Amino acid sequence: MLRMQSVSKSYNHRGRTVHAMDDVTLEIPAGDFVAVVGPSGSGKSSLLLVLGGMLSPSAGEVFVEGQSVYGISAEERAALRHRKIGFVFQTFNLVPYLSALENVQVPLLIGRVEEDEQRKRAAALLERVGLGDRLDHKPSELSVGQQQRVALARMLANDPAVILADEPTGNLDPETSEEILTFFEEVNREGRTIVMVTHDVRAAQRAKRTLRLADGKIASGQ
Amino acid sequence: MRLRTLVWRELFERKNQLATSFVAILLGISVIVSIKNITFYSEKAVARELDALGANIMILPKSASLQDYYSSDMQDEEFPEEYVARLTTSDLQGLDNLSPKLSVPVELRGKRFTLTGILPKNEFQAKAAWQGAGIFGRPQGCGVVVKMPGVADAPAKETLVRLRVIDDLSGTEALVGADMAAALNIKEGDSVGLLGQSFTVSAVLPSTGTVDDARAFAHLHTVQKLAGKGSVINAIEIVGCCNEISKGLVQKINRLLPEAKVVTITQIVDTQIKTNGMMSKLSMLFLGIIVLVGGASIANYMYANVFERRKEIGTLMAMGAGSSMVLKMFLLKAMLLGLVGGIGGFLLGTVLAVTLGPRIAGVPVLPMPVMVLWALGVAVAISLAASYFPARRAARMDPSSALQEI
Repeated sequence: MLRMQSVSKSYNHRGRTVHAMDDVTLEIPAGDFVAVVGPSGSGKSSLLLVLGGMLSPSAGEVFVEGQSVYGISAEERAALRHRKIGFVFQTFNLVPYLSALENVQVPLLIGRVEEDEQRKRAAALLERVGLGDRLDHKPSELSVGQQQRVALARMLANDPAVILADEPTGNLDPETSEEILTFFEEVNREGRTIVMVTHDVRAAQRAKRTLRLADGKIASGQ
Repeated sequence: MRLRTLVWRELFERKNQLATSFVAILLGISVIVSIKNITFYSEKAVARELDALGANIMILPKSASLQDYYSSDMQDEEFPEEYVARLTTSDLQGLDNLSPKLSVPVELRGKRFTLTGILPKNEFQAKAAWQGAGIFGRPQGCGVVVKMPGVADAPAKETLVRLRVIDDLSGTEALVGADMAAALNIKEGDSVGLLGQSFTVSAVLPSTGTVDDARAFAHLHTVQKLAGKGSVINAIEIVGCCNEISKGLVQKINRLLPEAKVVTITQIVDTQIKTNGMMSKLSMLFLGIIVLVGGASIANYMYANVFERRKEIGTLMAMGAGSSMVLKMFLLKAMLLGLVGGIGGFLLGTVLAVTLGPRIAGVPVLPMPVMVLWALGVAVAISLAASYFPARRAARMDPSSALQEI
């Protein structure tokens, strides 16, 4: 499903070369639920971005369902993200001036889905995450937990096979974190592959396996 | 949801920043619209004033000396009436209201006056050869009286004072100047004997302050016959179009009638052309200012907007938005800004022109709906051009650096 072949990522920071990823080779089969843990600066976020076609590696190759992610043009890569990948962010990244319904409609707008169909599908997804009565609320009118649930509904809008989550419970209280993790398990049971970067040990324990990164390398969990 | 919904919502998200750019484009467009609007009606008013002055081109015998424009047709020398036919059958543009004249001295009740023979308009129309190619076959444009709000038309016979032509005049009719009528106590309907023929006074002309006030006017062919001069005239007065005069109408007439002398009220024409030119330059200056100031303001706003929204752009890209969609999103916003600024600028500019025009230029100014297209075109073009580079920067943004938290 997801494969990294000898991937390295380095960049210059104030005249110093930083190795975010160092010769990482990794395979994540379809339906897997992987937690990526490690100290700050270990390369967790870089790994997630490289896997999601958002950050070109300095060396090596990345494949999603056998297709090279960086062997195609930027526009084709954007289309690939739209078809196969759903992102979940720590701070949700909702569009502040759009309602909950409209936020969920955004991936459908990108996919040029008809307006009526957009509304129908977005409302159903919000219903699924328990926000059927908050369709017209702006993010600022929702609690933090509700905002993350809108983000989850948005993530599912284009029906992705792969979910890449960056600290999805980082900003949430234990109760809401539990709800989100339960939701992750539910969508994983549907066959979706999940890669979740987390600092939360309890969250990592909910995954099927844990990858530990240290200094840009996979220290354990292969 | 459509892309334009997203753009429209975002427009009102940062109202203060938007207001600055909107005001810049609104004020720029409104100033240009008002200048153009006032200039248009100012030109019309000047053209009308020039027209009201009467003929602005005079064709005289070659050896004529010119002391006073209004008495310049009092020449001893003559030239053939056929010159009129040459003008009317020519393809010269900008000629309106030709008035061939023959002036001869007359004595009436012991006082000396001038009897001027003029050719009424219906004589031109009667000549088939002059119709198709002649001045009456041309569309009427500048040089003819422009209808202005609140200005009444003159009575038919009195058009002679303003237009230098008269529609019809019989062989026994005469028009008498104000001074001559006053000196001899002549009233409309009286009979006067001139060169041995009795004429019925069909109108006493209003005072003009020129030598015309001491003249009597009769049919050209009658005056020619009474003076025993044959088909000759000693002047042709023409109301010429100012723009055509500026494009060398006088030189063209000179080439057509090399044996004659062509003079014009150049000072008036020059003043008008200078005024028009100045307004036109002013309009261009403001256009330059709005391109620079308005464009810079919009570009600055757009760059700031792209910077502030980099997380949103990164999120959209993460969800699969391509660079073309991001580019479209910002250019659509620029277009909306241009459209609203253009319409607002047109409305404000029109209100300014209509209210301030009469005070600044001393002319009544009416709205010009056609200017809305111009205002929209300029505003949208400036807005799009100023936003292109910020929009391109957004489209080329590295999605990973846009999502700084990751």
